[in-house]
Amino acid sequence: MVTNRTFSARLAQYALVIFMILVLLTCIIPIWHTVAVSFSHKSYAAAGMVDFWPKGFNTIAYQQILADPVFVNSFFVSVKRVLLGGGINFLLAVLMAYPLSRSPQEFRFRNIYMWFLVFTMLFSGGIVPLYILMKSLGLFNSIWALVLPGAVPVFNVILLVNFFRSIPKDLVEAGHIDGAGPWYMLFKIFIPISTPALATITLFSVVGHWNAFFDGLIFMRTPEHYPLQTYIQQLVVQLNTQSIDSTQVELLSKLSNQTLNAAKLVVAIVPILTVYPFIQRHFIHGIMLGSVKE
Amino acid sequence: MKYRSNQAHYHMMLLPGLLLLVVFSIIPMAGIVMAFQDFKIGLGIWRSPWIGLQNFKYLFELSDSRVIFYNTIFIAVFKIIGNLLVPLTFAILLNELRGRFFKRFVQTVVYVPHFLSWVILSGIIVEMTTTDGLVNQIVKAFGGEPIIFLASNQWFPVILISSDIWKEFGFGTIIYLAALTGINPSLYEAAVIDGASRPQQIRYITLPLLVPTFILLATLSIGNVLNAGFDQVFNLYNPLVYESGDIIDTYVYRAGLINAQFGLATAVGLMKSVISFLLIIVSYTLASRFANYRIF
Repeated sequence: MVTNRTFSARLAQYALVIFMILVLLTCIIPIWHTVAVSFSHKSYAAAGMVDFWPKGFNTIAYQQILADPVFVNSFFVSVKRVLLGGGINFLLAVLMAYPLSRSPQEFRFRNIYMWFLVFTMLFSGGIVPLYILMKSLGLFNSIWALVLPGAVPVFNVILLVNFFRSIPKDLVEAGHIDGAGPWYMLFKIFIPISTPALATITLFSVVGHWNAFFDGLIFMRTPEHYPLQTYIQQLVVQLNTQSIDSTQVELLSKLSNQTLNAAKLVVAIVPILTVYPFIQRHFIHGIMLGSVKE
Repeated sequence: MKYRSNQAHYHMMLLPGLLLLVVFSIIPMAGIVMAFQDFKIGLGIWRSPWIGLQNFKYLFELSDSRVIFYNTIFIAVFKIIGNLLVPLTFAILLNELRGRFFKRFVQTVVYVPHFLSWVILSGIIVEMTTTDGLVNQIVKAFGGEPIIFLASNQWFPVILISSDIWKEFGFGTIIYLAALTGINPSLYEAAVIDGASRPQQIRYITLPLLVPTFILLATLSIGNVLNAGFDQVFNLYNPLVYESGDIIDTYVYRAGLINAQFGLATAVGLMKSVISFLLIIVSYTLASRFANYRIF
């Protein structure tokens, strides 16, 4: 491509770079600031004197968190939830996407099943009936309450269906001729060549499970069963006390121990930031392949 | 027919997922009858008295319902507009950036907020918007009075809308970037030979070629007009800003699960679900007719 490196073009390029750096800063600063607060001395944080660098550096907040059995426990509830829920999501997505990716000639009921899935994705009974169902199933306080309602990741199934359909027909036919049945085709051919799509849906469901707080809040009756986000929501975020005026909003956010809160947020962010870079390069590819249809 | 023998296997693969969907998605739909009952948890669905459309009548008489419907639509519409335009602009600008490494770095970083929960981001926002938080320090530096953003009905919707756009713009960019990589480079080469400057190339090539993607996304977003974002509002609001920030979903939560008005909450939820469902059907029909888009 021909590029004209005139003065104005270069100026525009510099302006663009500066703009991009500003945008980057808006994405980084809130997180960076939280990290800085978490390592600061309590009194500096409460006085609002910490901006981008810890003042009165210490790790007391993190020591306190580690010594808080409820926090540590909720962290492991979340880990358990991610592994169990993520595993179930993965298995069900793969199992459902394969038959649904076959043409109606190959699998006669395909379209009926597909519409059923889309219907459940678009329409729901709402939270009140779900709450009553979980209560009557006796699932309150059980990890299954966090895992089962979202066990079928319908959106991910559709992404994967679209990805599977882009796999060349020749490959499938070659498999059939060699006598491969559906299970063999799925586990030995489709899954191994679908890494980008599988990485994408895995990231989505793992992040979804890690970030969910609401089901923990309504289905878990005691704090020992809270997943991490629900724990944080209850202690760090919630300002919804019954009677409140504007000075109290201020007071509540000031009285709370900011360094401790910040440290809790950081602990909840770190796992995501560690996993994210490894999957990032796959997911853009995965989303694009899953969304483009011919 | 050579495929005939596979049918049973396909059904078996679908079975576990379908069972779970029936239990956790279809059965709760039966709970919708509560909208037509004076539901008492002690009596259950079978024995609670039927009251017909009373819950819906009550809903229309409630002064709260006007506020929550208005807030929901107001917040959702501005979020939709922002979430369409900001990623479009950002994708075009990013596309103009030279230097592959820097470009990829920018992309990687701007996706990050999308992956953080509203619980975490609310924690950060609350901390940053107190009177001596980071945001108010900037306000003070420019000679302004510190504002209690999260207790002000004037500012609360602004915070909701802007923080949502901020969280999602990076991720929203992906689809536009995909469309941009699909543009034939020879178009730009021809334009350069004709003497077009960069701004002219954007104006006459890039923008027109992004219009179909834009229209598709705009059409699909029609279905979200009643989704103003439960997680975000729930984690940021407090009774002081109910007036400007309470939305259908948060109201259903409070009425239903906190105040045990199950019938009323289900009626509100049902109304929202039905309207949303119809809007989604309309938007997908439009998308498939005019943009040749199919879900599967």
